[in-house]
Amino acid sequence: MSASDVGMLALRVLAPVLVILIVLPMLQWVERRGAGLIQDRPGPNRVGPFGLLQPLADVVKFFMKEDLIPSHADRFLYVLAPGLATFAALTTFAVIPYGATLNIRGNPVPLVGADVSIGILYLFAVTSLSVYGIVLAGWSSNNKFSLIGGIRSSAQIISYELAMTTAAAGVILAAGSFRLTDVVAMQSGSWLSLPYRGWTVVPQLLGFVVFFVSAFAETNRLPFDLPEAEAELVAGYHTEYSAMKFAMFYMAEYINVVVASALMVTLYFGGWSFPGFHPTSLGGVVLSVLIFAVKTAFFVWIFMWVRWTLPRFRYDQLMRLGWKALLPLALLNLFWVAGLVLWNAL
Amino acid sequence: MSSVETVPLAPAAEKLRERFARSPLSERVAVVDLDLPTLEVAPADWPAVARFLRDDSECAYDLFLDLAGVDNAKRRGRPTRFEAVYHLHSLPRSEHVRVKVILPDTAEPRLPSVVDVWPAANWFEREAFDLYGFDFPGHPNLRRILVHDAFVGHPLRKDYSPGQRWFFAEEDLRMPSWATHTEERAGHFETQTLSIGPSHPATHGIVHLVARLDGERIKRAETQIGYMHRCFEKMAETHTWNQVIPFCDRLNYVSAMINGVGYVKTVEKMLGIEVPDRGRLVRTILSEFSRIMDHCVDIGANLVDIGALTNFWYLYQPREGIYGLLEACCGARLTVSYVRVGGLAIDVPEDFVPRCRALLESIPKFLNDVDRLVTRNRIVRNRLAGTGVITKEQAIAWGLTGPVLRSTGVAYDVRRSRPYDFYDRFDWDVPVATDGDNYARYLVRMEEMRQSLSIIRQALDVFPESGPVSSDDWHVVLPPKDAVYHDMESLIFHFKLIMEGIRVPAGERYDWIEGANGELGFYAISDGGAGPYRVKVRPPCFPMMAAYEKIIIGGTISDAIATLGTLNIIAGELER
Repeated sequence: MSASDVGMLALRVLAPVLVILIVLPMLQWVERRGAGLIQDRPGPNRVGPFGLLQPLADVVKFFMKEDLIPSHADRFLYVLAPGLATFAALTTFAVIPYGATLNIRGNPVPLVGADVSIGILYLFAVTSLSVYGIVLAGWSSNNKFSLIGGIRSSAQIISYELAMTTAAAGVILAAGSFRLTDVVAMQSGSWLSLPYRGWTVVPQLLGFVVFFVSAFAETNRLPFDLPEAEAELVAGYHTEYSAMKFAMFYMAEYINVVVASALMVTLYFGGWSFPGFHPTSLGGVVLSVLIFAVKTAFFVWIFMWVRWTLPRFRYDQLMRLGWKALLPLALLNLFWVAGLVLWNAL
Repeated sequence: MSSVETVPLAPAAEKLRERFARSPLSERVAVVDLDLPTLEVAPADWPAVARFLRDDSECAYDLFLDLAGVDNAKRRGRPTRFEAVYHLHSLPRSEHVRVKVILPDTAEPRLPSVVDVWPAANWFEREAFDLYGFDFPGHPNLRRILVHDAFVGHPLRKDYSPGQRWFFAEEDLRMPSWATHTEERAGHFETQTLSIGPSHPATHGIVHLVARLDGERIKRAETQIGYMHRCFEKMAETHTWNQVIPFCDRLNYVSAMINGVGYVKTVEKMLGIEVPDRGRLVRTILSEFSRIMDHCVDIGANLVDIGALTNFWYLYQPREGIYGLLEACCGARLTVSYVRVGGLAIDVPEDFVPRCRALLESIPKFLNDVDRLVTRNRIVRNRLAGTGVITKEQAIAWGLTGPVLRSTGVAYDVRRSRPYDFYDRFDWDVPVATDGDNYARYLVRMEEMRQSLSIIRQALDVFPESGPVSSDDWHVVLPPKDAVYHDMESLIFHFKLIMEGIRVPAGERYDWIEGANGELGFYAISDGGAGPYRVKVRPPCFPMMAAYEKIIIGGTISDAIATLGTLNIIAGELER
């Protein structure tokens, strides 16, 4: 492996991570201004033009705040938890293809962190890790509100992961591969051919709906933000966290939103592909990255939109929805897809 | 006490005496005719009288309203030092009655508890124990409620100096005995005690709920209040009649105007003066706007607690507009202090009517937005319907009034049952729901806001262009400034009013109006001095908060939070 290969690999891996880290403060700005728009109020508009520098001010504030560790907390786990949450969130992006294959001097370079053959499995494994961050935070804070938040979170994520993976199994079945580049490739063909090679969302609408709803639960966003339900549990699992440790949970939540959106785009909306668009030139590849970004941004906005529109579920209602509605629907979807595959429709 | 037999009585009191004449208790109660038919009984007879008052089909005083202690140490004409004054209401007959239990002069004033007759009496008796030192044998949990557990003395007794100061530590606070030990049973999960509050996002003020949880289900609960206690009633005794008005605004500070109106109406009735129509219409209009504001804040905060944050801003927009109107009228927004005994502080601005009409135009838009977002939202219905259920019988037994009582199917609204001001001339409905759950309370409040808008619209239609807003009784109301400068007599009146305040003839009065949360009553006693001898507020929140710890048993924390919101506990009024 030459030095340029290593450089290219590093770029491939680091680029999306860096982009996410840069985009995060912007997302926060969008969320807060968007909330303002929805709620009939201005939102942050004092720092910089349109309040654009507000996230920067917030970051500075987070760094300057005193970092408190409660005296009865389990120090090791307390410090580990936010790191674990952010780590799990960031590493998930490694396997998501964010653009078409680039050709550099005849060498194909797929725009994906790691084009592994078990992409989807890896992804679900790592997202499951994120629950550890929350549970450990809840446990180590030595605060009852945090603990209840942590317990709620573990129960919620485990329940909804089941529905989510079952829904995703439909896509795997259709693609015949765990590799996410294969999943995208499967969706970049003709919408009219048989077997169908368009976006998965059309034949698997049911699976998408289940995945979509579960994604909200996975990311602890309203209407499934029970682990941090501020009116009930003060702030849930991160009640005792301050300064940058709190900010890391905050970051993890936003990264999870981006990842979940990117995943929805990849699994159901053709990833970077677009009907009739087959990038070959460099410009085409750049365009494919843009397409991917726009699609992802659309779902990120939906996450925010929903947050400011819907109220929160109650714990038992959330469990009921997960086990009694979403899981059976996901299974139904699986059978449906299996049938389609069997009759060569997919 | 049988001398009153010969005194002719007003029809209501006469009826009460007739009813007692049939019972074996007739010899032991005295019926007095004051502003309300009043019974005087001795402590030993009180439980039997209480039972008769509740159970007799012609009495049927089923709603316990208030218990006020009175210390007669500095007042002449009363047989003994202490009295416990009860106010009751009969829902079937829509009538109030007052019972005075005359406590013999002993070292420890004592009277039997009536918690088993009216469960609502529980916290009221604790309050009387706390502030007056009355002992209630038979009370299940007689301990301090408003002041700190380590407090010494009883602040509302006349010999308690209001200048005293106390310092308390956190460890002096008493926790329920079941909260401090852990139950462990074989085969069961360990239960834990969760302290929600005093400072918690959902308490919207300072209320402390100690809950024993099994998982997320509440097995036992106890509320502790008093963190916002200012002893309003003691302060009232050290000020003149008009100086009490700003304190009233701080009772239910969300709808401050209504409190002031309730208080001054009581004083005006004691004085026997009439407020001109225009002044009363302004009071009505602003009270109804305040009611809308109160309901907006309640529903908005409640929806925030269940996660629907956006509605909060939609509902705060009308509030902002109404604050603008109040500001234009009197210069203040939250605690307006706009009313005065005899009328209003100043006349309304010239553009009052157009301003009100503009608000009438703008408010429904926000209500409709919330309606569309919330009312048929499946998640909201799941969260609110069937949670925090109060049955009709429970609501009456717990002494609940206002939207909470109406949500259980009882159409008791003071504006309808005993119309004051112009409420009988307007065409409006009393919204009633039957389920008694959180969702029913939400619906009742939403509809009440629309009814209030309709009342305001009708009031504006008959609103006189000009005319006085205050009475011209210069013994009560300050003469116009211009007259004070140029007219000797006006100057004297002005001087006397500023230096001495209003002189209210000796006597007592209980007057009640429909506050945003329910029946808001003021029981005022005057000894003819410069200020009130005693003012007792009947706060609608108080019995609700007492009932809260019973309503939430068996539900989850989330339900408890939603229920706290729909009961609309306002700490300023709860703890006075």
